[in-house]
Amino acid sequence: MDMRVKPAEEERHVKANDRDYNERFTYADNHIKTAKYTFYTFLPINLFEQFQRFANAYFLVLLILQLIPEISSLSWFTTIVPLVLVLTITAVKDATDDYFRHKSDQQVNTRQSQVLIKGKIQKEKWMNVRVGDIIKLENNQFVAADVLLLSSSEPYGLCYIETAELDGETNLKVRQALTVTSDLGADVAKLADFNGEVVCEPPNNKLDKFIGTLYWKDNKYSLDNEKMLLRGCMLRNTEWCFGMVIFAGLQTKLMQNCGRTKFKRTSIDRLMNTLVLWIFGFLICMGIILAIGNTIWEQRVGRNFWAYLLWDELLSSAVFSGFLTFWSYIIILNTVVPISLYVSVEVLRLGHSYFINWDRKMYYSRKDTPAEARTTTLNEELGQVEFIFSDKTGTLTQNIMVFSKCSINGNTYGDVYDEFGHKVDITEKTPCVDFSFNPLMDRKFRFHDSSLVEAIKLEEPLVQEFFRLLALCHTVMPEERSEGELVYQAQSPDEGALVTAARNFGFVFRARTPETITLYEMGQPVTYQLLAILDFNNVRKRMSVIVRNPKGQLKLYSKGADTIIFDRLEPANEELMYTTSEHLNEFAGEGLRTLALAYKDLDEDMFDEWMKKLLFASAALENREERLGALYEEVEQGLMLLGATAIEDKLQEGVPETISCLTLANIKIWVLTGDKLETAMNIGYSCNMLRDDMNEVFIISSHTMLEVQQELKNAKERIMGPSRERFSSSQDVGKTDMYASDSVFEETIIAECALIINGHSLAHALEADLEQILLDVACLCKTVICCRVTPLQKAQVVELVKRHKRAVTLAIGDGANDVSMIKTAHIGVGISGQEGMQAVLASDYSFAQFRYLQRLLLVHGRWSYHRMCNFLCYFFYKNFAFTLVHFWFGFLCGFSAQTVYDQWFITLFNIVYTSLPVLAMGVFDQDVNEQYSLRYPNLYRPGQLNLLFNKRKFFTCTLQGVCTSFILFFIPYGAFLCAVRDDGSHISDQQSFAVTIATSLVIVVSVQIGLDTNYWTAVNHFFIWGSLAVYFAILFAMNSDGIFRIFPSQFPFVGTARNALNQKSVWLVILLTTVVCIMPVVAMRFLKTDLHPTQTDKVRLLQQATRRQGPQEQNLRRVRRTSSRRSAYAFAHQQGYGELITSGKNMKVHTSSTSAVPSSSPGRTHSSGNWIENMLKKRGAVEAEETMDSGVTEHIRADERSEDSLETLYTH
Amino acid sequence: MGKVRADAGPFARRPDNSAFKQQRLPAWSPSLTPYTVLPVFYFLALVCVLLGVWLLITVQNTHQLKIDYTDAGACATCAEMRNDPTKAKMNCDCVINFNVPKTFQGDVFIYYGLINFHQNLRRYIKSRDDDQLVGRKNSLKSPSSYCEPFAYDENAVPIAPCGAVANSMFNDSFTLTYHPPAGAAVNVPLYRKGITWYTDKNVKFRNPSTNTTLQQAFQGTAQPPFWQKPVYELDLDHPNNNGFINDDLIVWMREAAFPNFKKLYGILNRAHTTFSYGLPEGNYSIAINYNFPVQYFQGRKEVVLSTVSWFGGQNHFLPIAYLVSGGLIFIVAIVLTAVYVKVGRSGKNMEE
Repeated sequence: MDMRVKPAEEERHVKANDRDYNERFTYADNHIKTAKYTFYTFLPINLFEQFQRFANAYFLVLLILQLIPEISSLSWFTTIVPLVLVLTITAVKDATDDYFRHKSDQQVNTRQSQVLIKGKIQKEKWMNVRVGDIIKLENNQFVAADVLLLSSSEPYGLCYIETAELDGETNLKVRQALTVTSDLGADVAKLADFNGEVVCEPPNNKLDKFIGTLYWKDNKYSLDNEKMLLRGCMLRNTEWCFGMVIFAGLQTKLMQNCGRTKFKRTSIDRLMNTLVLWIFGFLICMGIILAIGNTIWEQRVGRNFWAYLLWDELLSSAVFSGFLTFWSYIIILNTVVPISLYVSVEVLRLGHSYFINWDRKMYYSRKDTPAEARTTTLNEELGQVEFIFSDKTGTLTQNIMVFSKCSINGNTYGDVYDEFGHKVDITEKTPCVDFSFNPLMDRKFRFHDSSLVEAIKLEEPLVQEFFRLLALCHTVMPEERSEGELVYQAQSPDEGALVTAARNFGFVFRARTPETITLYEMGQPVTYQLLAILDFNNVRKRMSVIVRNPKGQLKLYSKGADTIIFDRLEPANEELMYTTSEHLNEFAGEGLRTLALAYKDLDEDMFDEWMKKLLFASAALENREERLGALYEEVEQGLMLLGATAIEDKLQEGVPETISCLTLANIKIWVLTGDKLETAMNIGYSCNMLRDDMNEVFIISSHTMLEVQQELKNAKERIMGPSRERFSSSQDVGKTDMYASDSVFEETIIAECALIINGHSLAHALEADLEQILLDVACLCKTVICCRVTPLQKAQVVELVKRHKRAVTLAIGDGANDVSMIKTAHIGVGISGQEGMQAVLASDYSFAQFRYLQRLLLVHGRWSYHRMCNFLCYFFYKNFAFTLVHFWFGFLCGFSAQTVYDQWFITLFNIVYTSLPVLAMGVFDQDVNEQYSLRYPNLYRPGQLNLLFNKRKFFTCTLQGVCTSFILFFIPYGAFLCAVRDDGSHISDQQSFAVTIATSLVIVVSVQIGLDTNYWTAVNHFFIWGSLAVYFAILFAMNSDGIFRIFPSQFPFVGTARNALNQKSVWLVILLTTVVCIMPVVAMRFLKTDLHPTQTDKVRLLQQATRRQGPQEQNLRRVRRTSSRRSAYAFAHQQGYGELITSGKNMKVHTSSTSAVPSSSPGRTHSSGNWIENMLKKRGAVEAEETMDSGVTEHIRADERSEDSLETLYTH
Repeated sequence: MGKVRADAGPFARRPDNSAFKQQRLPAWSPSLTPYTVLPVFYFLALVCVLLGVWLLITVQNTHQLKIDYTDAGACATCAEMRNDPTKAKMNCDCVINFNVPKTFQGDVFIYYGLINFHQNLRRYIKSRDDDQLVGRKNSLKSPSSYCEPFAYDENAVPIAPCGAVANSMFNDSFTLTYHPPAGAAVNVPLYRKGITWYTDKNVKFRNPSTNTTLQQAFQGTAQPPFWQKPVYELDLDHPNNNGFINDDLIVWMREAAFPNFKKLYGILNRAHTTFSYGLPEGNYSIAINYNFPVQYFQGRKEVVLSTVSWFGGQNHFLPIAYLVSGGLIFIVAIVLTAVYVKVGRSGKNMEE
């Protein structure tokens, strides 16, 4: 076997059914491994990783220093106990994570697949599948590896897949096998003999590209992505298919795309690292000061002492002594860099993450999805978000279209009125129309206006015609799984909604063949002959069908954008047109998507003639599209208007409320969508992001850089208005100043503006020259909507804000097209919705509904931030107060690095005596309860301004720590200088002094944490009182006779606690120290709340006041304003499906009839084998064009593509 | 996180509705309102001032007398002798006269004080072997390395007690004499035992267990180089006050926290009728066996006579500190009240 290690695979050769051949290349097998450790490598690798962290390495160095007797001022156990504890906690966490990874790997690797081995189909585990194997896939199975499609159960080797896991798109995609291989069919013997060799590109992560060649029977066949089934796809609507494995395991495109996600860190993290470095510097400074002090002292005083203590031979010079002292003090003072800081912070975040996971108010019962914190490192940053970048489809909207209203022959239906004739708001409780007369109805369909059903039952001809049109004029495919259980496969949800509406109103679209459409009209089967589908495209903005009804009449049914249809109406319709137009305005004003419907009776002769022309045109090789278009235009004239439909693009629940609440919290929400401008704007209006009362809405949609620049400049000038002078002057100042003045401006600008920019313009605006002005304008606007943006642009926008605004960004989305921005933003949130899991997998937090964002940020985020900041302040305070006592003592003990405390106290102080109360505070504290957090969104402001923990705060709390240490040292010093016990024996010995200071310290920091705790749960009580109790218990235990008798030299403090703490003077000292340390803090805080109360203080006061009065449920639901804006737009599906239907390629049952019936449909006339290639080519061309337009390459396109459809009409 | 549940119902993944998980634990949310803060301030001010006054009165009723004898009067010659290496080992006695202006009532304690003696140096503090001092045989014969260079003498015989602390033990001794206005001088009787902590005498310091004499128990050990007599002959008057449990040794071994300290030497024995009320006013003399050299490190030696109160000896720091703190807290309380009345009560700042 050839085992040469190739530097990089340049070309891949795979031979089917030839494992020996393929093994020569050592391709990866289908075994995947995402776990980091194995049982044996865990300890060394994990320890190695842990010691790469600065803090751990630092403590390791300290430990080594402590083993040098000349330096060692503390026993080694003071460091090793906390270090081992920290390492263990981290290791346990890592091990658990890895265990779950092992488990999920195991689960994936042992999935069953059917592999063709030695001429037989055998069951194999996924991990045993090799490159070159031929595997059989069945319906609704996941594809096990990247596979070349050979043959399938469907005609023409077609195969349908769903790529939700791969790119988030839920619509079905078509793959087609080569003709030569599709002939293999399900013949196992033939398949086993198949020995084609594939030469193709090496593994890469491009999901939409594959280049290869199949060599078989001396022929070459080129292969592309349309013949590949990628790992992660799911087979749909295809009974079975066979494929040959090309890439397996880690080399599949899916796995190649699972790049290690960038490790995100919070701003507090970065600040903490800086601060730890500062503290480290401070530590070295103190070490140097004390070392110099030692040198001087040794020269002046200590030298005289040497003779006494016979150390002259040990310490040859004062300078050397100073040098040793430096290291000794580094060891003693190391506790200012808190070893348990990192691990405590991790514990806190873990706790906060659990609270997010546990929150029932973020649990979506309909999908049984709880919120999930997928990373445990970002929680406090949730309290600092300033920018939210949101996807539209699936995030703000449900991507569910609902037939909501219609206008038929000048009458509107869909509104509900009460007995006084007032319009009633439709809610969940509004009674639905009873469709029970119709056995084929869709139970999920809801309609509230019963007059429409009455009209149907009265058999009003135009109403019937209206629904007949909806049932006939579309490209939906029906699927009847069992009698009466119809499922529609629609290319666009809008179309599905219309056909479903027709179905419920008694015009059930039940079956179609390439030539016929079978409806059940009010229970009666009626078969229409489908003569032509005049397909949709972007220019036509309409689609029509020509059918012959059972009576033999020829009819053309057309639906499309209202202006397009109105232009082609019979003049006699004018009056109806005006009424309908009014209705359309009304619908559009409610944010509904509208379509106009029309029909026409066709003359037999004229149609025959037209049909001939059509056949001729469709056979043409040149200008086929144009010629067809002209013919369509010719027949779609003189239409009779039927009415209009209005479809609601359903928003997710609570979106407008959430957005307005987040806006009140001063969070800027930018919508980044792949949708068209009009769709995006419409959603903007319905979510209250755009409003009628806005001063100006700037729409930037230019194609050249200069135009974009000009438009942006104009917009900026318009917004700035009178205050422009000030701004332009500040522009010259350095960048940072400009940001400062920027924010001032943002406050002062009263005008409410909105910026809407499309993808083309954005591509220009994102270039280096324009990005600053783009950012300026965007930040001055209340609302920013970017439409038609590619995933990469989404990421670029986020990156831009991240780079220039020093603000925390959050990206929320649900599809694969949002992955890039989710990964780029500081915090990525995935909606665990219907569009597959890609976004969720890339996200840091996931939940099912956009509205939970409000709770995640305003409650969990705010609390996390508040808790973390208080925690850090206290932690630094505590450690400074604890450690600096040694510094002061240095001046009295000849800088000899003598510790003040007992060594055991030093060991246990941080991890036992004071860790739990502050952890409890950090986990449970609530300054303001959740109701008030949501009710007063401006409580979120301090987090955005970074007020609760910053460098200044750090200085304040360390200064407080320094002062406390000063008081802690000098009050006992003053008292002990001349103190004796009440029995006359002395007490000013070092051990009594140590116990006194230690006790004061523990009491002072406990009182301080009590002051810092706003929310005393039982746990807090338990921990705070418990810590004090534990302190005294351990103190007396360590000073007890028993333990001394066992280890005399380890516990030399025997009896000290008893003898010191039974002295009244000691307690007087402790009391005085505590009062002097605490009272200034209380006074300062009291003054602050009195003179400059923060928003939090105010709300707290309010909260307490209401609690005293008893709960009063204040209703703060904001009224949803509806926009009176007039807009309308139509929709349709992807171009080309008409062709697909009339060709009959996608119909299983009736394929035989395709060739039997003489062709009257244009779709069938041209070379039938090419239709799908045509379609794919066409689509490819569109994509290529788009890609070039936006100037970026992207690999993943998602749902928005289906919107690439009828242009929207937009009228003000 | 992933607790797999057996029941996979429609709400299988719904989080529990417990107060803990929903962060609804019942809790007490105190805050700094004027109604709690101001009374606390006034109360604490009052407590501190009262305590301060009480302590001050108590301190005023205690007496303390310090006699610095480093080079005072007759002791100057002794000081010089100690400075001279050739005469370092020679015995030297001196007498100093002093006057007690007011009767010391109650128990009177006699301390020796050292100024500028750094008993708190890290290497000094560590230079002892608690294993040895608790009478462990192994440590007696092989003292801990912490005792270096006072672990073995030049003949490699282990030193007991080892280490710098024991080696530098204070070895002056005092005899106090009262000269009443009429009559003969009276020797002031002192308790020289019972001046240590109970735990030190009974737990921390033990002699090596032995069936024979103490001298035999310490056989094979050397006395610390600076000592004039071996550890088992420290108190010739009281045979059971020798070895490691000698009170003077124990007192010395409890290292002082600061360079200036005083250690208990003896307690006035009030069984004698002259001293039953304490130390009467009048003239006294103190005879000092002057051994301990302090000139090397510019140190001072003193004898302190003192009475004690319920909270210890004469200590002006605590009462003054309490009075000052009480005063400051009171001032702050007034300021806070003023601020509250002027600004806070109207609640103007509290408006949205």
